[in-house]
Amino acid sequence: MGQLIKNDFSIIVGTANGSGSQTSNSTILRALFKMGIPVSGKNLFPSNIQGLPTWYIIRASKDGFIARREEREIVVAMNKKSFEKDFASVTTGGVFYYDDSFGTPPAREDITIYPMPVKQIIREASDVPSNLRDMISNMVYVGILSQMHGIEMDKIETALSFAFKGKRKAIDLNLDVAKAAAAWAAANLQKVDPYVFEPMDKTHGLIMSDGNLAGALGSIYGGVQFVGWYPITPATSLAEELNEYLPKLRQSPDGKATYAVVQAEDELAAIGMCIGAGWSGLRSMTSTSGPGLSLMTEFVGLAYYAEIPVVIWDVTRIGPSTGLPTRTSQGDLNFAVNMGHGDTDNIVLIPGSINECFEFGWRSFDIAERIQTPVIVLSDLDFGMNQWMTEPFLYPDSPMDRGKILWEDDLDKLKETWGRYLDVDGDGIPYRTVPGNRHPAAAYFTRGTGHDPFAKYSEEPDVWEENLNRIKSKFITAKKYLPEPIIEKNGSSKEAIITLGSTVYAVRETVALRKQNEGKEFDLMRIRAIPFSDSVRDFIAAHEKVYIVEMNRDGQLYEELLVNMPDLAGKLVSVAYSDGMPPSASRIISEMQKKESK
Amino acid sequence: MAQTLPMAEAAQTNLAGLTKNDYKGLPSTLCQGCGHNSIAAQVVTAAYEMNIVPQNVVKFSGIGCSSKSPTYFLNRSFGFNSLHGRMPSLATGALFGDITLKGIGVSGDGDSASIGMGQFKHTMRRNTNMVYIIENNGVYGLTKGQFSATAEVGLTLKKQGVNQYMPIDICMEAIASNASFVARSFAGDPKQVKELLKAAFAHKGIAVIDIISPCVTFNNQDNAYHSYSWGKDHEAPLHEISFIPARDEIMLPDEFEEGSVREVEMHDGSSIVLKKLEKEYDPTNRYSALNILEQSQENNWLVTGLIYLNPSKPALSDKYNLVDTALNRLDESSLRPGPETINEINSLMF
Repeated sequence: MGQLIKNDFSIIVGTANGSGSQTSNSTILRALFKMGIPVSGKNLFPSNIQGLPTWYIIRASKDGFIARREEREIVVAMNKKSFEKDFASVTTGGVFYYDDSFGTPPAREDITIYPMPVKQIIREASDVPSNLRDMISNMVYVGILSQMHGIEMDKIETALSFAFKGKRKAIDLNLDVAKAAAAWAAANLQKVDPYVFEPMDKTHGLIMSDGNLAGALGSIYGGVQFVGWYPITPATSLAEELNEYLPKLRQSPDGKATYAVVQAEDELAAIGMCIGAGWSGLRSMTSTSGPGLSLMTEFVGLAYYAEIPVVIWDVTRIGPSTGLPTRTSQGDLNFAVNMGHGDTDNIVLIPGSINECFEFGWRSFDIAERIQTPVIVLSDLDFGMNQWMTEPFLYPDSPMDRGKILWEDDLDKLKETWGRYLDVDGDGIPYRTVPGNRHPAAAYFTRGTGHDPFAKYSEEPDVWEENLNRIKSKFITAKKYLPEPIIEKNGSSKEAIITLGSTVYAVRETVALRKQNEGKEFDLMRIRAIPFSDSVRDFIAAHEKVYIVEMNRDGQLYEELLVNMPDLAGKLVSVAYSDGMPPSASRIISEMQKKESK
Repeated sequence: MAQTLPMAEAAQTNLAGLTKNDYKGLPSTLCQGCGHNSIAAQVVTAAYEMNIVPQNVVKFSGIGCSSKSPTYFLNRSFGFNSLHGRMPSLATGALFGDITLKGIGVSGDGDSASIGMGQFKHTMRRNTNMVYIIENNGVYGLTKGQFSATAEVGLTLKKQGVNQYMPIDICMEAIASNASFVARSFAGDPKQVKELLKAAFAHKGIAVIDIISPCVTFNNQDNAYHSYSWGKDHEAPLHEISFIPARDEIMLPDEFEEGSVREVEMHDGSSIVLKKLEKEYDPTNRYSALNILEQSQENNWLVTGLIYLNPSKPALSDKYNLVDTALNRLDESSLRPGPETINEINSLMF
């Protein structure tokens, strides 16, 4: 054994979907987090309930990089079906653990191989009920990894206690197996590999959450009042978390609800309900993914034109129809910006951290109500369904902005005639009333058909054109309400990278690695909203060459930038790819270098 | 001179202190003689006679001729002309804004029995608190005369040929989906339309009224269920879209007694057969309701009246234990959890 490699390697666990490995994998992840080691976990699962191979990637990074890596230093094979593939995948110098009932793997001189007598350990470890044996057998590798690589057993207990909400029986059942497996490893395995975990202090004050939970909680702090939704991977848990937390956080003192959640019959109805609710003055939202977004498009186009606030979370997955429904992507950007027929320019918010999923959860309502238009929050599966370490959620730092809404008193005081689509303030945003306003002059008729500033039916060409142009001007006004891009200066005035969303983690690592290995410096900008802030243009103008890095085939962010800043096109280089996997720095570097060599 | 016209009527106010004029809408832009116009007129009368405050009503529609109607009544009510077949979802969300509001939706057979069939049935099972009128003429009007899903087998339309498919019975679908109030009427029987509308307004939950409302322009073939056929030998080219002849709406000439069967003569001599439910008919029995619909299908009748009623089924909003204040009047103090909660939430995150 040469020099030890500490807190800087990946563990990949191959199991069968539905075998209960989620608990054991997240136990390892959480235990490492509690040891103060920066860590990330990515679940690569199939679209299946039970049986197909699934992998979980745990990356520890002393330097705090939590994107996926391509290297596979420690591979644990718990699924006979993927045993051979898993074996072949181990990085040279790495370690292979396997359930010894799968047979003996072929010889490989470049890695360390440890068999695990899973059945024997389970049999000998206390009295596990026979119906739970398969599920609990995943705790065997938790115990063995703990012993062999230094995951602290008390942290494993803490993680199990969290997973089982303090239920002692379930905790002990799992913990006993982990301890028995650790004891077996201590007695039977000779450590010859260099990979060790050591406690650090780099997670202090951080929390762990997934983006769907963060988005749901943020929405609750944003005062969500109506949720219409329909199940779709990877967006389902966002609505489910709303169901979980709304009763805890949003009941009146007498136990009554300040919200309503309706599971719709499909996405056509989910968005219809949300737009109806938004029209009647409720903070309303839905969560969906690509296919659902397609179904919602006609309604969103109507909401754009009839000027109705609504928030739509698109937890993006890859491809049309089913595509790869359990894999991540940033492939809905162009669609989200333009969804609706005719002329549209929807507001799109793109969170770039779990904490920001929370922030955009509440902020999206302020923007939707202020601009009176649909707001699409583009998260993705990597954020939505994986556990991330993140800064704690921050309480909203500004009061709710309910936008331009008139109630009975406001109408009483009004000297001029109120017009629903009348631009009084010159910012393109008219004043609205909502059903339930009993003032005799409050009511108006909402329609997708042509209408004048007083909401009267009109097919006059100039009325149509003026109205559509006024709506356009709202999106210029919108810029000052949208989150500015985040710039990370690294001292380069020559080259820069623009990215968005969850891809930023791999891009930050890219920037660090290229500086370290090649001495090249890149400034970094993360876009958080469309329409683009003027600072995006300034940033591009200030650099000679700007790489646009994103997870889709065609370079959709690149295309949006081209359309908006054609004069700067010569500076932009698209670095886009999409394979369903969370991005890695090494792949991004190789894609960038391909473009550079041209 | 013209300004004095409404004065005579304006003098009479109802218990809400409103004149009938206060319930009116804009002039209709539908064809003259269209059954939808008299339905709109009955909505006005029913609301006036029931002393309903228009501001307590919200109007909805989908897309189609029928869906234009909400502009022809209750000008003081908010209204939303939504998407084809998706009025139910829009109304469902909108009515959560203030659950003291009553919804009134106007849809058509194309809107509800085809593209919107899913939403129609799901809003039945949710028991959304609204009057749901379907102006049923068996034909797509705004797109100039295609078969709808309620058109009978064998109906011939000029550009479509012969309808091959069995019709959908809207009332049967509503009952099958657990609607709590299901009625059928005929636009030419304004008294019954009005009485059913009043009952529907009074009902808490979904109240479906399938109103046969003949299309004067496109579904006017001999023997068509939903027809108002113009004379066969009439000079006017009936399917020429640029010429829509003006004609009178067919009205029942006298009182249509309960329990009686009435053959309604159309302009061209074709007819439909209406059967008004017996006085003794018990609409609270779901089995009898389905039975009478089955019988009427066998006999080629269109049974009219209140077919099914379950007044005790909780309406959608009753299932949500909502605060007493209308949701859309809640402010930040009740919508945003206090700052003290954020630490606890963070501690729950591990």
